[in-house]
Amino acid sequence: MSSQARGNRTTSRLLMSPAVISLLLWMLVPLGMTIYFSLIYYNLMNPFLEGWAGLSNYEFFISNPAFGDAVWNTLLLLGSTVVITVGLGLAIALLINDPFPGRGLVRILLISPFFVMPTVNALLWKHMMMNPIYGFLAQVWTFFGAEPVDWLTDLPLFSVIIMVSWQWLPFACLIFITSLQSMDREQLEAARMDGANFLQQFRYLYVPHLARSISVVIMIEVIFLLSIFAEIYTTTAGGPGTESTNFAFLIFTEALLNFDVGVASAGALFAIILANIVAIFLIRMIGKNLEN
Amino acid sequence: MSNKKSVWTPTYILRSLSAWLVALVIFFPLLFLLVTSFKTELQAIAVPSMWLFEPTLENFTEVQERSDYLHYAWNSVVTSVLSTLLGLAVATPAAYAMAFNPTKHTKDVLMWMLSTKMMPAVGALVPIYILCQNTGLLDTKFSLIIIFTLSNLPIMVWMLYSYFKDIPHEILEAARMDGATVAQEFRHVLLPLSMGGLASTGLLCLVLSWNEAFWSLNLTSANAGTLATLVASYSSPEGLFWAKLSAVSVLAIAPIVVFGWFSQKQLVQGLTFGAVK
Repeated sequence: MSSQARGNRTTSRLLMSPAVISLLLWMLVPLGMTIYFSLIYYNLMNPFLEGWAGLSNYEFFISNPAFGDAVWNTLLLLGSTVVITVGLGLAIALLINDPFPGRGLVRILLISPFFVMPTVNALLWKHMMMNPIYGFLAQVWTFFGAEPVDWLTDLPLFSVIIMVSWQWLPFACLIFITSLQSMDREQLEAARMDGANFLQQFRYLYVPHLARSISVVIMIEVIFLLSIFAEIYTTTAGGPGTESTNFAFLIFTEALLNFDVGVASAGALFAIILANIVAIFLIRMIGKNLEN
Repeated sequence: MSNKKSVWTPTYILRSLSAWLVALVIFFPLLFLLVTSFKTELQAIAVPSMWLFEPTLENFTEVQERSDYLHYAWNSVVTSVLSTLLGLAVATPAAYAMAFNPTKHTKDVLMWMLSTKMMPAVGALVPIYILCQNTGLLDTKFSLIIIFTLSNLPIMVWMLYSYFKDIPHEILEAARMDGATVAQEFRHVLLPLSMGGLASTGLLCLVLSWNEAFWSLNLTSANAGTLATLVASYSSPEGLFWAKLSAVSVLAIAPIVVFGWFSQKQLVQGLTFGAVK
């Protein structure tokens, strides 16, 4: 038996090794190079400045006033999108849970934004929806007698949040709908008979049932939203100023616009630290729900 | 699903109407995009928006003529399909081993894999760019396929793992008792049982690769550029040519959106990561 167990273990290792080794390389090689670059002077515009930089790249990156803004914007973008998509997603899922005419079509309409690529999403909202003169939202605002909003100039981060939420709301919503389908109808009926109002039902029946899918949605969204890039790149380019610059975009600015590989690498290491802090929080918070 | 009791109550009608309203509001931007792509440039920026006009296909032909849509579309198809297949080939054995022969480190390995996905791609941009440059892989489909595969791998392993875990071990053990080898067990018992999981994982990977923008924007240009880069190239210089921008956008998203409509049930089922039994 024990030899069979050992045999199993060897097979397991063999089966896992392609995935584990490739991911290890995918992580360690860039990480090693990033650490190395972050410690030397490496500016593509200034090839004569070279040699050991010590921690000066780190100092430079932190002392950049954009640093604090970028951390804050990253967390704000992530947090608001998660709250909006989970909140609205739950509401819409409850609305659509029971059958009604055309439910299948409604489902298809709802999921559509999830399949739209970020560049199209961004351009569609930037021009056709949010343009302060020709955009559709401006027309709606004018129709109601309000002054049209110049979204990308006056509310840049909020605009990005809208675009990202539009993309991820369908995802959250459909996961919740699928989860609601497996709810125990009899239990719900019983609760209703006993006079539980909707809030009580929500708190004691729906939320516990949905806990695991809520965790899954949060987990996936954090994985994808921590480093939002395309939406910012194609719309606000991080501006005006640094108002919509997140961490990913700040590093991009350093590396490809300022050509300073050293400073960008230092920034990348901070981004990795930030990602790990968020990951630890996340696993603490919802890890329990993911197991079982 | 629920028994047919007196359905047409006011609450029922109100709820149905609001469900429809919500769906239309969420879908509206895409409808607007589609309609704009059939307008002339002047009609496209008319205020208030025109909804009745003679549709033209001019924008679509112009996009194809000017920037060779089919070239970029082909790149998107090749990179997303091949990275999906490669990803499934690497992720399936790993997920199998983790689900059926778990050790006390399995959870940690899984979490570690997911944590590599949380690191921002931009952190690896400079090293990967330099590696690609030095190996002559800049602007090639090959580098995109490898990168898409690697960046989707953690999610794929996780998805397949949660799927495999729900398959009763007894079935595999029975096959093993009957003297099946690992390969046989995999092909004749596990594969038929997990087609659904493989399909949803593959679908997700396909969608993610098709829509991937960060690496394609930064590593490719004319040669290996995907549809995401084609769309981005219409953004800055021609910001206000809405009709053409809409046409290129519609062309870029239509294949994957239509594909998504047909496969959404399967896809969403898999995305619940075993949260729904």
